[in-house]
Amino acid sequence: MEETRALVQIKGLRDGLLASLDDASWEEQRAALLAQVDDNPAFFHGARLALEVASQILHVNELVELRDQLSERNIFLWAVIGESPTTEQTAQLLGLATRISKPRPEEMRQVRVENLGEETALFLNRTLRSGTRVEFSGHVIVLGDVNPGAEIVAEGNVLVWGKLRGAVHAGSNGDTTAVVCALDLSPTRLQIAGETTMPSLDSQRTPNPETARINEHGKLQSETWSPDR
Amino acid sequence: MAAKVITITSGKGGVGKTTAVANLAVALALEGSKVVCIDGDIGLRNLDVILGLENRIVYDIVDVIEGRCRLKQAMIRDKKLPELYLIPAAQTRDKNAISASEMIRLVKDLRSECDFVLIDSPAGIERGFRNAIAGADRVLVVTNPEISAVRDADRVIGILESEEKGPAALILNRLNPTLVKSKDMLSPEDVLDLLAIELIGIVPEDENVIIASNRGAPVAYEPKSRAGQAFRNIAKRLRGETVPFLDLDAQSGLWNRLQRLTGRK
Repeated sequence: MEETRALVQIKGLRDGLLASLDDASWEEQRAALLAQVDDNPAFFHGARLALEVASQILHVNELVELRDQLSERNIFLWAVIGESPTTEQTAQLLGLATRISKPRPEEMRQVRVENLGEETALFLNRTLRSGTRVEFSGHVIVLGDVNPGAEIVAEGNVLVWGKLRGAVHAGSNGDTTAVVCALDLSPTRLQIAGETTMPSLDSQRTPNPETARINEHGKLQSETWSPDR
Repeated sequence: MAAKVITITSGKGGVGKTTAVANLAVALALEGSKVVCIDGDIGLRNLDVILGLENRIVYDIVDVIEGRCRLKQAMIRDKKLPELYLIPAAQTRDKNAISASEMIRLVKDLRSECDFVLIDSPAGIERGFRNAIAGADRVLVVTNPEISAVRDADRVIGILESEEKGPAALILNRLNPTLVKSKDMLSPEDVLDLLAIELIGIVPEDENVIIASNRGAPVAYEPKSRAGQAFRNIAKRLRGETVPFLDLDAQSGLWNRLQRLTGRK
């Protein structure tokens, strides 16, 4: 009995439970899943269940049978995730979802840090390419470039040791003292607190280290770093 | 034989992926390698036309995956090069007809059959693209010296990095040296400055490419074509040879050479 159990793994998701089956025969898997449910009816009662079936090929009658058996046990089957196109089509035919939305970690980074004070920074030792979005509740430091199409949103300052050519928002919580600095400050969009500017794109200019901040008149202003000061 | 599996992709459409696959396949076969190319653009197949094999298609990649034929039956032998094969895409199906794991299995079966497997990826970053890169050992990104194409290439390179597909290499296609010189086109330096990956070849703009593609005889066959030469050089580099490169260190050197090639100097 214990061995059949291992065929099915149950995990909690944000919007329900996820049961992962392996490549054993469908009948065995189905029996194992139902056995697991019957062992612990209270846990599963009223659950939303997503099924991950690896490369199993499932046809309509098989999925309908399982769906009915689950619904007799008060479990709502809402998604079937499989690698086989046949299974995917079957699931779509039955109005089931075929994927669970989870943001790709590499393209969306949203990090929250609590109670570490204002000196918290996220250090990124790479170039942020188009399509990357980094959101952070402190400062962001990039050792690399920020390419066009990449985006940084920071509650604190943004410091780029490289070329900043993407979109950047510092002081995203309304901090008007936040600054943005880069070795080459030529973003497609620059925002500090509520002030936004779209700098003119002049590819002929010589890159200079610059700092952008909100001046005493409440306007965005950038100044070139110079070794004399 | 343990084949090298190379996927050619770009993000943006129309930059010359299919042309690059056809020409690299021909150039590799001319060098004596056994090559199988796979058209991964299911629903919008083109590679067969450019290779001039359109009227020989009986079975396609979906037939192989769904078990309607054996792998060998779907491999169309080229008219001129006996060591060049094409596995065509299905035209009446879409990208959902195959999955990444099926693609990996197919590529695995081909590995023992040849020296190179070239996979033509569809445009975009969705399922078809992910299928195309799933089995690749190496990825070549094709781009044009245009801001939109470079931006999309950057996105694709980012995805390849996050999928740990190893460092991608760049083919800069359709470069017009005259326009670069008059600062009306991005220079190779501008493109490499942004993308920061290895450059494996620069293909100059050449009207022979279009003529050759329409004839179904890729430009790599033509000894005098500049674009053909560029593709043959890339093929040699893929085979591990060191081929002198257009000099990118000294800008003037690059222009002089390209201009000598175009006969302007």
